[in-house]
Amino acid sequence: MARPLTLYEKIWNAHVVDRRDDGTCLLYIDRHLVHEVTSPQAFEALRAAGRRVRRPELTLAVPDHNLPTTPRLDADGRLLPIADAESAAQLDALRANTAAFGIDYIDATAAEQGIVHVVGPELGFTLPGTTLVCGDSHTSAHGALGALAFGIGTSEVEHVLATQTLLLKQSRTMEIRVDGTLGFGVSPKDVILAIIGRIGAAGGTGYVVEYTGEVIRAMSVEGRLTIANMSIEGGARAGLVAPDETTFAYLKNRPMAPAGADWDRAVAWWRTLPTDAGAAYDRSVVIDAADIAPSLTWGTSPEDVVPITGTVPDPDGFADPAKRVAARKSLDYMGLAPGTRMQDVSVEHVFIGSCTNGRIEDLRAAASVVGGRRVADGVRAMVVPGSGLVKRQAEAEGLDRVFTGAGFEWREPGCSMCLAMNPDKVPPGERCASTSNRNFVGRQGPGARTHLVSPAMAAAAAVTGRLSDVRDLMGAES
Amino acid sequence: MTPVTTVAGTAYPWGAKNVDTDVIIPAHWLKTIKRSGLGKGAFETVRAQPGNLFDDPRYAGSPILIAGDNFGCGSSREHAAWALADMGVRAVIAPSFSDIFSGNAFKNGIVPVVLPQPAIDRLLVAAADAEITVDLETMTVTTAYQDRFPFELDPFRRRCLMEGLDEVGLTLAQDTQISNFEGAASVARPWVEGRRRYEGIAVAGSRRT
Ligand code: SF4
Repeated sequence: MARPLTLYEKIWNAHVVDRRDDGTCLLYIDRHLVHEVTSPQAFEALRAAGRRVRRPELTLAVPDHNLPTTPRLDADGRLLPIADAESAAQLDALRANTAAFGIDYIDATAAEQGIVHVVGPELGFTLPGTTLVCGDSHTSAHGALGALAFGIGTSEVEHVLATQTLLLKQSRTMEIRVDGTLGFGVSPKDVILAIIGRIGAAGGTGYVVEYTGEVIRAMSVEGRLTIANMSIEGGARAGLVAPDETTFAYLKNRPMAPAGADWDRAVAWWRTLPTDAGAAYDRSVVIDAADIAPSLTWGTSPEDVVPITGTVPDPDGFADPAKRVAARKSLDYMGLAPGTRMQDVSVEHVFIGSCTNGRIEDLRAAASVVGGRRVADGVRAMVVPGSGLVKRQAEAEGLDRVFTGAGFEWREPGCSMCLAMNPDKVPPGERCASTSNRNFVGRQGPGARTHLVSPAMAAAAAVTGRLSDVRDLMGAES
Repeated sequence: MTPVTTVAGTAYPWGAKNVDTDVIIPAHWLKTIKRSGLGKGAFETVRAQPGNLFDDPRYAGSPILIAGDNFGCGSSREHAAWALADMGVRAVIAPSFSDIFSGNAFKNGIVPVVLPQPAIDRLLVAAADAEITVDLETMTVTTAYQDRFPFELDPFRRRCLMEGLDEVGLTLAQDTQISNFEGAASVARPWVEGRRRYEGIAVAGSRRT
């Protein structure tokens, strides 16, 4: 019998164009997503070398990072100009480059526009068993559907455009198994924060992670997307979830998903992909769901995780001297004193959105906590749907009114306050409870202080004005 | 790409762990459509602090940067490599690198040298007053104090660096092999060819649950 294989090995093997003696493989790339920030220099290089795009039909482009989240059309339906000249130039470059090279481009005013990692899955562009890349590290998100998906640099974007392949070495494999069932008020975001808190921000470096266990199996595709999205925050370039009935149900009838006989053939192949019994991972981590509480970050690395019931740690308590230094600097930047109860920390901003938590289930979770409450005085809270389709869906369900009625801003889709590249920024020294994925120094704006939380926890922070245990608010309702 | 065989000179003795790409080049610098000129934005938040390493005249223009674990973690932005190259950095020495950053570094003629923490600790001290040499021929890092640390590099990447090869050009030479793969894949997995265009999407209330 053939050697049992992992999901990762099966996808890898199906895409090897050439294997060299040293183990480097030329790997075929099935899907390529392109956005405005990491692509202009790749197109420029193609032009300079007189090269073409090999398979434009396997590439899809959508602007997201730079785009302001204010209305895009005026009352007469005319396109509003973008005030920032550099952003406008980058967005124009994407439009012009995709037109010149024959690549599908979703315009900023299209209903399908959104964050590239929200758009791919919801259009059915992302499929199980495919290799998918994008010039963006959170491409790991697409692994939630069982695609081998990872972020690449701009030179690699150029390489994929020109050759539809990449030169890669196989990674080691890590299984992260989450057993049991999630407790009351615990969301997929808490699961991935707990995982990164456990393995560390570099714990997955050199590995491709596969998430397994009852918790992952019971989770919706949207929850899995939240988890796989943050694989890179644990150092892993890609994170995979084996495709199953949940995946197929999610994909069926999506506009770019296979249909008819193609669908049946695809599903038949997808069913062969899950890791074989007896296949070996290079490393395994097991987490008990009972140990996961609603969680958040206290510092400036995504590994700086505590339960909401916890306190700001004392840097002297870390065994690793480098971590002690880093923690001291983090706390200084974050304006926090060791021993402070996380729930005593007040916030000025709340951001609900991003490719981690900007999907419909995230907005539903946040809205359910908001209920009839109001955003606390002194808090600026915004909800930014991950795509135009998410926005429409939310509006069809009346979620927008729940948010705006409570005093949240309801904005147009894009990366928004996840990173300081568009007008949505957290001012210096101010504090934000954010559903995004990075709490790096300056990520949400120079001097901005970020606490990564789930959508429900963000909503709780918005209505109380401080970092709060969402279970207290949920408890009050039940 | 210009071939790189040795990188020699002073080194920024930094040693910081988990230096992320937002620290190397903050997001607002990513609005450029060019590769050049990003050195101005490199380590902007670090440079905002008085007495910082990067503005210390002893190290100005150093071709080498010494850092801690997990250098270049975070975003895939190749701007981080472009910014380092633009400020004159040709080699980064650290105990580990993020996977994406090290790929980006190679493609821009920056050598990511992996050395164990004790070697890093020694180099941080030596760099205060000695030049450091990264030699790709012998695969060693040496100092004027007779320190000598061997390192490893992926053979293909080493060759690309030393010969200044263009990876895209190399792969395009395998065109027939790629076409053969495509032919076989379109028979085995025809659905991957894709339904072109995101046409006619109706977002009625009920489809997404
Ligand atoms: S939402 Fe944030 S993490 Fe996601 S693609 Fe945009 S900037 Fe990157």
